[in-house]
Amino acid sequence: MALLERKDGGAVEIEDRFTRVEDDAALPSSGGVIVSLPRFEQEREALLARSGELGVWLASNESPKAIGGDLDRIAVVALDFPVFSDGRAFTSARLLRERYGYAGEVRAIGDVLLEQLSFMVRSGFSTFEVRDPKALAEFERVVGEVRVVYQPTGDGRTTALQRRLGRG
Amino acid sequence: MYRYDEHDHALVQDRVAQFRRQVERRMQGEITEEQFRPLRLMNGLYLQLHAYMLRVAIPYGTLDSRQMRKLAWIARRYDKGYGHFTTRQNLQYNWPKLEETPDILAELAEVEMHAIQTSGNCIRNVTSDQYAGAAKDEVEDPRIWCEIARQWSTLHPEFSFLPRKFKIAITACEHDRAAVKVHDIGVIVKRDAGGEVGFEVIVGGGLGRTPFVGKTIREFLPKEHFLSYLEAVLRVYNQLGRRDNKFKARIKVTVHEIGIEEFRRLVEEEWAAIRDTSLKLPKEEVDRIAAHFQPPAFRALDATARATEDRAAKDPAFASWLRHNVAPHKASGYAIANVSLKVPGQAPGDASAEQMDLLADLADEYSFSELRVTHAQNIVLPHVERDRLPALYDRLVPAGLAAANVGLVSDIICCPGLDYCSLANARSIPVAQQIAERFDAAKQERIGELQIKISGCINACGHHHVGHIGILGVDRKGEEHYQVQIGGSADENASLGRILGRGFSADEVVDVVDKLVETYLDLREEGETFLETYRRIGQEPFKERVYGTA
Repeated sequence: MALLERKDGGAVEIEDRFTRVEDDAALPSSGGVIVSLPRFEQEREALLARSGELGVWLASNESPKAIGGDLDRIAVVALDFPVFSDGRAFTSARLLRERYGYAGEVRAIGDVLLEQLSFMVRSGFSTFEVRDPKALAEFERVVGEVRVVYQPTGDGRTTALQRRLGRG
Repeated sequence: MYRYDEHDHALVQDRVAQFRRQVERRMQGEITEEQFRPLRLMNGLYLQLHAYMLRVAIPYGTLDSRQMRKLAWIARRYDKGYGHFTTRQNLQYNWPKLEETPDILAELAEVEMHAIQTSGNCIRNVTSDQYAGAAKDEVEDPRIWCEIARQWSTLHPEFSFLPRKFKIAITACEHDRAAVKVHDIGVIVKRDAGGEVGFEVIVGGGLGRTPFVGKTIREFLPKEHFLSYLEAVLRVYNQLGRRDNKFKARIKVTVHEIGIEEFRRLVEEEWAAIRDTSLKLPKEEVDRIAAHFQPPAFRALDATARATEDRAAKDPAFASWLRHNVAPHKASGYAIANVSLKVPGQAPGDASAEQMDLLADLADEYSFSELRVTHAQNIVLPHVERDRLPALYDRLVPAGLAAANVGLVSDIICCPGLDYCSLANARSIPVAQQIAERFDAAKQERIGELQIKISGCINACGHHHVGHIGILGVDRKGEEHYQVQIGGSADENASLGRILGRGFSADEVVDVVDKLVETYLDLREEGETFLETYRRIGQEPFKERVYGTA
């Protein structure tokens, strides 16, 4: 497993400064943690009062709406793909960026497929937990493989329409 | 029709290059079939009973002669010399070799075609009225909106892994030839009370194992909000659609389970948040796309077509073709000509490379190079001068393409069935052929409009739920067995058929259709169609004739 972060057109491998803490495990005294939404909701005050950075992971059936009011104090939102074919996290990522204006880290976790990276980038993901050992080397190629996009998303890419209208 | 600009071209070319690399990786064993599966499905490549099947998108069923010739060329060069036009206005090749599929896609890209999103849990090829741009009562050309939807849905980053496949159909006529009420989203282009053009939006229709007629979610949507509203519907569905059971994952089940009112509330709430973002369509872009669908340069012609009338008066076969296969056109002196692909000895929707080439030639000579594919699996020459219909007919006859049966009992919609499909429980093509053989031309003429639709399994690719007579192939203890239902319809008065009773063996089913037809002929009132008679008298008299009991 490696954690990749978007950089320029491609990606770099980065150190994970967060620890995923299970619901029944004790919180470490310091350092960044990522907890589940139920745990965040139960221990909200204590978690926000900690000195270390806070992250929340959302299962694919959990909406970012649930943490909408606390996003300025959350350093990373991890969105889970239980299987690659469960595409709910694409919507969650777009809502975080485009609805809630979230500027922190949005991390793809779970069944993250090489061929989905371009859709993930377009939807607003910034980091990627990948199992595929080729992911780092292939990142730039697969993300740039199709030069044209039709849909306006929060990623700021110039769409075909903007080009046609001379606004790109 | 729409022509690609540099951006559209670049996208399709990049997509071909991407797929070529993926196929190479598969051929060299770098990825397994399991890993390759989602990739090939994104490019319309299925693994069928005997071989791979490639489904090519014919956007909203419109193509020109150059594209038709390319389809013929591919059929000859890469397949066994024919292709199969589907109920979704697409074309399927049943025998492509895996290693040649990237070459096929490259050939298609040369003529502005592709196979993107013809399979998978994404927004599929948008379908439309086959008479678009030619129909008499059209508000405006629905293909403008089909093309806008095509571009928006192509490689949509958020909606490429939906709970299930998603089909959109758009019509702009009061008489619905696009079956918009049995699609995930149906759009009707219409005018509001003030004369402004916009859309009625329908959601949650569909066939398959749990058929539903769609419900209106919005009575009137102004044009500029077309994409933001679609995006809102898709976003709500992507979040709420069931992912625990593939058979309950279509939007129709979501709408049914939470109710149209609640679904509408969620969509309107989402739409309010995105309606004024960059999804709002600039008039400039709508105009740019609309310019591609300007009518061809019709000549100013007299409405009476002497040559055609004279020929019809002395040639009953031509008169019959004129009556059933030709529809009125919006331009004076023009007509819409249907070429039936339901011909004896040929599977419904199949066309040989030679037939495709001929159709391309005829399009050049008679129809401003334009062709259409219908959801009833026929071909349309949309803009033919009325007085040239006899000449066109005389070219179709020697090619065996002059069957005068559009809308008649032998114009059967039929899925590939057990002859090709790995999902099917029973064969459907031979049943269709036997029914067609049962009724001669005179009898068909006497019966009039009657749509028979046959599916080889519960997935309902042959639309049996909305056939006036619907036939469903099932597996009963290892034997092919057929359920019969009547009273379905896919037009503006859409309804689902009701099952008649116990099913029938393959030997019995043609006799049953015959009995249903006889019942109708005995009981119909002056001028009534099969469906109208059924709606008046109900199912009992038909049941009695078939089962011999009340």
